[in-house]
Amino acid sequence: MRHQRRYLPYLYLAPALLLFGGFLIYPLIRSVQFSLFSWDGLGASEFVGFDNYVELFTDEVLRAAFGHALVLIFFFSVLPLVLGLVVAAILNRAQVRGLGLFRTVVFLPQVLAMVVVAVAWRQIYAPDGSLNTALRALGLDALTRTWLGDYTWTLPAVGIVGTWVQTGLVTVLLLAGMGRVPRELFEAARLDGAGAIREFFAITLPSVRGEIAVALTLTIVAALKTFDLVYVTTGGGPGNSTTVPAYEVFQRAFREGAVGSAAAIAVALTAIIFVLNVIVNRIAEGREE
Amino acid sequence: MITSGTERALNYVILIVFAAFALAPIVTVLAAALSPQSAAASPGILGLHPENFVDAWTEGEFSRYLRTSLLVSVTVVSVAVVASILSGFAFGTMRFAGSRALFYLFLLGIMVPTEAIVVPLFYDLRDLGLTNTLWAVALPQIAQSVAFGTYWMRAYFRTSPPSLIEAATLDGASPRRVLWSILVPIGRPAVMTLTVLAFMWTWNEFLIPLVMSPNGEFRTAPLALAIFKGQHVQATALLAAAAVLVALPVVILYLFAQRSFIRGMLEGAVRE
Repeated sequence: MRHQRRYLPYLYLAPALLLFGGFLIYPLIRSVQFSLFSWDGLGASEFVGFDNYVELFTDEVLRAAFGHALVLIFFFSVLPLVLGLVVAAILNRAQVRGLGLFRTVVFLPQVLAMVVVAVAWRQIYAPDGSLNTALRALGLDALTRTWLGDYTWTLPAVGIVGTWVQTGLVTVLLLAGMGRVPRELFEAARLDGAGAIREFFAITLPSVRGEIAVALTLTIVAALKTFDLVYVTTGGGPGNSTTVPAYEVFQRAFREGAVGSAAAIAVALTAIIFVLNVIVNRIAEGREE
Repeated sequence: MITSGTERALNYVILIVFAAFALAPIVTVLAAALSPQSAAASPGILGLHPENFVDAWTEGEFSRYLRTSLLVSVTVVSVAVVASILSGFAFGTMRFAGSRALFYLFLLGIMVPTEAIVVPLFYDLRDLGLTNTLWAVALPQIAQSVAFGTYWMRAYFRTSPPSLIEAATLDGASPRRVLWSILVPIGRPAVMTLTVLAFMWTWNEFLIPLVMSPNGEFRTAPLALAIFKGQHVQATALLAAAAVLVALPVVILYLFAQRSFIRGMLEGAVRE
């Protein structure tokens, strides 16, 4: 369309740009501005420079929150990736029936509202819930505990919920990637006498680098943004043992009257997500060349 | 490929164990939703208690909250999809100054977490007296869906054959006609994927309705479920039934359009 009027593209762009600019970019900039002030949400605000950012390193609750986010990355991202790689590689080696149904089923946790997921897992983790019932039936009474009220076990228990949500997504993604690898490559490797393990490291793993990058990006970002799950299952407790950055943003901005601190956490979280995206995509692109 | 019988058997074992892991929590909730509310309850129908859904529906006022969810979702999806088609069309088929920079801005927007915008959104809209309105709940979500939608529709418009557009233009069709009478009808699958994803995101969103409607006037179904949870800590059966009610609309849509869901959520992540 060479003969279009000059302003025409901007006319088509206008609605999206106004909505996106007004309700996403502008509030993001405002967050940066908020983060430089001390404000309780009602009274006068005071400019404090980078104090709120310094607090990210000195405030023990915040340090713990970011530490918990790292633990969640293991459960949301690393564990599903390992499980997904093993399962997808094995399933890819032989034609099995019912793969379509399998995909539908394991992907299902992704479409459920996190509140629904949290309600389901609360019932599993309840003192007389299905997990403890199963342990008692196996004679493992010593292992039963209040899964969501224990200083040691609550964070891993919340993490496992993330593993449950993300593993299907990762597996389906990897299955699709492995399905695109030419069959002849595997045949040739087998003729050369490569076993299943060699085949995995020499052919399967390198050919799904792009998919691994996507899986890591999606799941790490999901781990870092965790809010609903913690809000509904534990409320950050017991104590502060399961609080995460996103939960601290909410608490400080709307419950504790520390709006500047909340904005600083949110801006830091966004910066971390940007950097992670860039790093993971760089690695994936660099290797695909 | 030739594989041994043992390997095939192992494959099925893995398939089943994995599917069971994915289904177990869902089955737990369904079983709980159909279980008696108390030991003194009636025997039910074959031992099942579908009346729990009716009780949860009335006690949790879910007819009201599901209606709110539907209103918010339809508003977000319709505005976001139309705006995304228009902007994707501009980015995908037209040349103009600043297009690269603007497009990168949209890509950046996909990555911005809700936490990063919700704090000033609340305080700024409160000062304008706009909290507790449909717009406070819908507009931020429209912006988020537009960021992804622009990226998604641009990718579609870039793959549409230029010859098609040129032929239509030579026939005297205006850009508007080319878009709505030719490209959009052909691109139904792409529009459909965007629609189901935006619907799911909006339906399942928690933080924005939680913050933007503090008095609960625009309380959506997931929020109502979280509050219901607080009020029914001991009533496992009712709570499970309520959870099923909240999840059902998206699950039904997923079962009918699972290809769109999976394609969108996997390909949508592959950024340039």
